[in-house]
Amino acid sequence: MRIRLPRTTSTDHEHGKGDWFEFMLRTSFPFLGVFAALFISAFVLLLLKTNPIVAYGAMLQGAFGSINGLSQSLVKATPLLLVGLGVCIAFKASVINVGGEGQIILGSIAGTWMALTFPDLPKVVLIPACMTAGFLAGAFWGFIPGMLKARFKVNEILSTIMMNSIALQLLNFLLQGPMMDPEGIKAGTFLAQSARLPESAWLARLVPRTMLHSGVYVALAFAVAVYIFLWRTTIGYQIRAVGLNPQASHYSGINVPFNQMLSLTLAGGLSGLAGVIEVMGVHRRILEGLTGGYGFTGIVAALLGSLHPLGVVPASVLFGGLLVGANTMQRAVQIPSALINAILGLIVLFVSGSALWIHQIIKKRKTATMVVSPTKETQA
Amino acid sequence: MTNIFSFEVLSGVLRTMIALSTPFLFAALGETFSQLSGVVNLGVDGIMLLAGFFAFYAVLLTGNVWLGLLLAMFIGLLMGLIMSLVSVTLKAQQGISGIGLQIFGLGMSSLLFKVLVGTVKTVSGFAPIKIPLLGDIPFFGPILFRNNFLVYAAFLLVPVSWWILEKTTLGLKIKAVGQNPAAADSVGINVNRIRYFSVCLGAILAGVAGAALSISVANLFQDNLTAGQGFIAVALVYFGGWSPIGVLGGALLFSFATSAQLWLQVLGIQVPASLAVMLPYILTIIVLTISVNRGKQPAALNKQFFRGEN
Repeated sequence: MRIRLPRTTSTDHEHGKGDWFEFMLRTSFPFLGVFAALFISAFVLLLLKTNPIVAYGAMLQGAFGSINGLSQSLVKATPLLLVGLGVCIAFKASVINVGGEGQIILGSIAGTWMALTFPDLPKVVLIPACMTAGFLAGAFWGFIPGMLKARFKVNEILSTIMMNSIALQLLNFLLQGPMMDPEGIKAGTFLAQSARLPESAWLARLVPRTMLHSGVYVALAFAVAVYIFLWRTTIGYQIRAVGLNPQASHYSGINVPFNQMLSLTLAGGLSGLAGVIEVMGVHRRILEGLTGGYGFTGIVAALLGSLHPLGVVPASVLFGGLLVGANTMQRAVQIPSALINAILGLIVLFVSGSALWIHQIIKKRKTATMVVSPTKETQA
Repeated sequence: MTNIFSFEVLSGVLRTMIALSTPFLFAALGETFSQLSGVVNLGVDGIMLLAGFFAFYAVLLTGNVWLGLLLAMFIGLLMGLIMSLVSVTLKAQQGISGIGLQIFGLGMSSLLFKVLVGTVKTVSGFAPIKIPLLGDIPFFGPILFRNNFLVYAAFLLVPVSWWILEKTTLGLKIKAVGQNPAAADSVGINVNRIRYFSVCLGAILAGVAGAALSISVANLFQDNLTAGQGFIAVALVYFGGWSPIGVLGGALLFSFATSAQLWLQVLGIQVPASLAVMLPYILTIIVLTISVNRGKQPAALNKQFFRGEN
């Protein structure tokens, strides 16, 4: 059997190889997907007797039309970015991490536990300690499906989805039992939430009267860090090599299963970090519904960002905005914010469906510019 | 406290098991066809949700269960066509496109449910049909022969699927396309057409599975009604080693676990509900771990086919 480069990992930006046309095509096309999805959803809105222009206008206004809205969009972009970065790392090794939801939950549980157990630690110690705990717990939740894939070839999409459900039930169990807020028990409300975190574990708020917190800087720093990791370190190189061509990587001595396991573990860690930051920055306690679908929306953000760490930054701001805008839209025209999920699904279908097509355009263009090319590119 | 080992309880557990296995059977048998042709359709859960909603809505408006079933199949077909278009014609990475279909189905069903229905309502779904004589057998009669049309159809689908896959040319073609698409292509089998057919058949059956959930098992619809059952159904295909008989075993095992857990709660045995609900998911992971590496997996599973290049 001849070794052939996988066709659909067409989103790898290799330095020096890409030109402007290619860059523009690869980055702009996913955004066309957003418009296509919005266009199709407009017909659904029409069927539901709602004016799509009014609905989308409310969405846009809510997301980016005010300081308050913009801050809120960035609050939502923060976990999306971290989850999306994890998805990028995993995807570079040809592993799809759908376990963001569960990893966020594990990260938030561990971070909350750390803050509630050591409330007297100074801020400079406690906050990094919580983040580390969240990262490690999320990494553990990513390691299990990673290890199962490496050792037993278990389909990671299915196992990470199951890990989500398990984490959700674990959270329900903890919030209705061991971790339930003692205040709520005393007051007889029995709310499914934990005790409030000590003030030393709160992330600073950046804009007055909004939720925007310093976690957004952490997420941005990780975007740069992941970029450096993937393109400037040996392990990052190995992960990318595994994704581009597993057979060739294997023959050149790279441990393919190990790198896939590692990438899923790191992806889990980043999602776990998203969870603990969400707790420390926004809610200041852990409660039901904390994940807010970030685990799935983060995948879409990663795809839209062409699976490039720096591309995920604008993509997650866009989706953070969509999530905030959806709530505004719900209030303005009574269309449930669930519409966003339908739009996200269409975007994924569109982006995944167009990946090969874009790849072929670029390939054709490259072959055309080559003066002599007697051998087929696929035989490389 | 009732004796948990009494005949009544055992009969109750088994009756619930048979009912709960219906959606699993339809979805997993459909996915078997899809996967044997080489396409992993991870959108099954989304198809079940949207089709399940439409089946429920049709019954809510008209009271006609057959209309509901037909509508569910039609929605399944439409979503199957989308999945085939994206994954077979446009050759998308199947994992990603399936997730897209799932998110779309989840969002759209939730949207339509909230706008068109609003609150959780119940409908009268398929009524049980008692098979003469057999239904009167003590103990087994009520469990096996007093079910509704969809339950009988689901169990009948097991031998029918087996027959199609093992005894017909069509079955042979489906498996050939999943094992070695280039070879199948070279003997004149239209790989894409067979894959379209298999994915759409699987999606129609996933639609029926959704209807089985909303107008046969639960007789209601709510947000995310499936709670991941579509994904478990995909896992059952791995568990069943890509054979209808194996899928039947897996479906019964899972619905038994769920049924037993429900009955534990009914009987008031003290198990934290959330830990009990966790069990089927843990079971799925264990099942995937012990069943994947048996070498029965279609060789071209999850691989796109490029004509004339392999």
